[in-house]
Amino acid sequence: MKQRRKLMIWLVILAVLHGIIAAAGFFAPYDPVEQDRERPYLPPMHIHMMDAQGHFHLRPFFYPLRLRDSLFDQYEEDTTTTVPIRFFERDAAYRLLGFVPSRLHFFGAAGARVYLLGSDAYGRDELSRILYGGQISLLAGLLGAGVTLFLGALIGMAAGYYGGWRDELLMRIAELFLALPWLYLLFALRAFLPLAVSPLEAFLLVVVVIGMVGWARPARLVRGVVLGVKERDFVRAARGFGASDFYLLRRHILPETASVLLTQAAILVPQFVLAEMTLSFLGLGVPEPMSSWGNLLATLQQYNVLVSYWWMYLPALAIVPFFLGYLSLASALQERAGAYKIEKGSWSSP
Amino acid sequence: MRYLLRRSLHAVFLLLGVSLLTFLFSALAPGNYFDEMRLNPQISPETVAALRAQYQLDRPLPVRYAHWLNAVAHGQMGFSFAYNSPVAPLLWARARNTLLLTVTATLLAWLLALPLGVWSAARFGRAPDRVVSWTTATLLVIPDLVLALGLLIIAVRTGWFPTGGLTSVGFDELSPLNKLRDLAWHMTLPVIALILAALPTLVRHVRASVAEVLEAPFLRAALGHGLPHSKLLYGYALRAAANPLISLFGFSVGTLLSGSLLVEVVMSWPGLGPFLLEAILARDLYVVVGGVLLSMIFLVAGNLFADVLLYWADPRIRTAASAK
Repeated sequence: MKQRRKLMIWLVILAVLHGIIAAAGFFAPYDPVEQDRERPYLPPMHIHMMDAQGHFHLRPFFYPLRLRDSLFDQYEEDTTTTVPIRFFERDAAYRLLGFVPSRLHFFGAAGARVYLLGSDAYGRDELSRILYGGQISLLAGLLGAGVTLFLGALIGMAAGYYGGWRDELLMRIAELFLALPWLYLLFALRAFLPLAVSPLEAFLLVVVVIGMVGWARPARLVRGVVLGVKERDFVRAARGFGASDFYLLRRHILPETASVLLTQAAILVPQFVLAEMTLSFLGLGVPEPMSSWGNLLATLQQYNVLVSYWWMYLPALAIVPFFLGYLSLASALQERAGAYKIEKGSWSSP
Repeated sequence: MRYLLRRSLHAVFLLLGVSLLTFLFSALAPGNYFDEMRLNPQISPETVAALRAQYQLDRPLPVRYAHWLNAVAHGQMGFSFAYNSPVAPLLWARARNTLLLTVTATLLAWLLALPLGVWSAARFGRAPDRVVSWTTATLLVIPDLVLALGLLIIAVRTGWFPTGGLTSVGFDELSPLNKLRDLAWHMTLPVIALILAALPTLVRHVRASVAEVLEAPFLRAALGHGLPHSKLLYGYALRAAANPLISLFGFSVGTLLSGSLLVEVVMSWPGLGPFLLEAILARDLYVVVGGVLLSMIFLVAGNLFADVLLYWADPRIRTAASAK
């Protein structure tokens, strides 16, 4: 019962986290590609309740930032005007979940733009870019995990069910994929795919590449389950009634692998989100102007950004709650399945 | 001895498989290094064709693979298009730096993980153990990219560590001792990043396997005999728990190699990471294939070392091997 509750709690937390990213349009105050060339690298704004004269304001507000005299790049608060934060503000148009048109935002400000997490080189709102970038990164992770689990289940079932030389061959190849350091494998796969592509193609490429890297581990686990299940009485009985291979695999064997696949999914998704981040960070993944957690971090490769604009590091922290959620979910699932210890390598290589 | 021979043979097949796999990928690749030349009106199609022939890109895949294998056997690993020189020396110059980083990080990580894990297991379930568990759990949810970038920002803002490169300017004029110190100073940050990324998994496994062994009757008996605690833990328990840990050692080499690739790019350490990235962007085929193969060689070497250790540490394997 306690395990079940733990599982539910983490599922709810993950659902909330994903919900926030999925509804990025609502939670982000601005359009992620809208530029404000007057305000590059604006530091995160301070939200006040008390103004410079010592008066208390019920509504949180901020002071618009202006360039300090004769200093490039140095901003200071303009304390002559207060701009209140307003909730459920109407601003930039967006489509909720990709199709419901709306202008409603969780918060915003009238008169001046609010940069809660600062702005980037083009004055784009960093918070909005992180929220929208999460959509790309999470989608890549989820789709990549989907591809991997599909391949893994297919190969694992084929190897376990048919056995013989097919099993031998498939498992040798799986060993090969397991042995390679995963980042090298990712590099090798990416190296031989086209470099100059449109953002959408690049996104699909990333999904395919990370999807093809990790199939070996689920395949081996699925194979183990299939080996046990295929000799069980209900499967033999069904075979005795003349069920075809395909029917047996789909109807009797696949459901038995569900718990293994579920646990693997919880382990693979955060790793693949990280894989997308890594590829995009290195410039091999999703390109600008699309934002993803990886390519948001790519600016940190410039030394001056690293030195002066620490808030460009914030996108990196966005993945941490997701990692926590997924890893806790995975260990809750494993506990439920009776395996207490966390398998080595499940963290280190997908 | 037969056991080791079998493991080595296995390693060779693994290497052959990886080389075949990477070559197959490269065959599926659309476009190559010379495609951009073909668009250049100043270079005649004949020149491009001649260059392709020179690098044997016009031959069918099996022939190219055979040629390349032959080159590897002669320690050459093909030809880099971008550098116009054999791949092996280029790779080796970079691989040395990667090795320096990974070997140091592997050793230090294990040197830290073993006492920490044993210490935590000896206090299983009590406050110190829980502190260790919480710390490792926290480190576990911070991905290595996030960790490396965070460390880099700290280094830049505090100025405690250099933020890139292998050595300082004027390295050649330093005395040998200062050279070593300079190198160590430059290595600190990437090594810390690698250790922090690898440590939680290692500590957790050491703790789990030692805690499991501590339940064993023979250790309770030894405790009853009044053996000193440290001897009990390090002399008996750790020895009995060593088996899965040695296998983990082989794994950890692979993890650290992958981690190192990323950390090198983030911290501009002149190792294989930035070199491979550059080769991928330039479509320098043989460098990529060579780099992947080289990483595999390191990994296989690490695993073979683990096998030797296992053979040495576990009498069951020795007797099983000699009984055959």
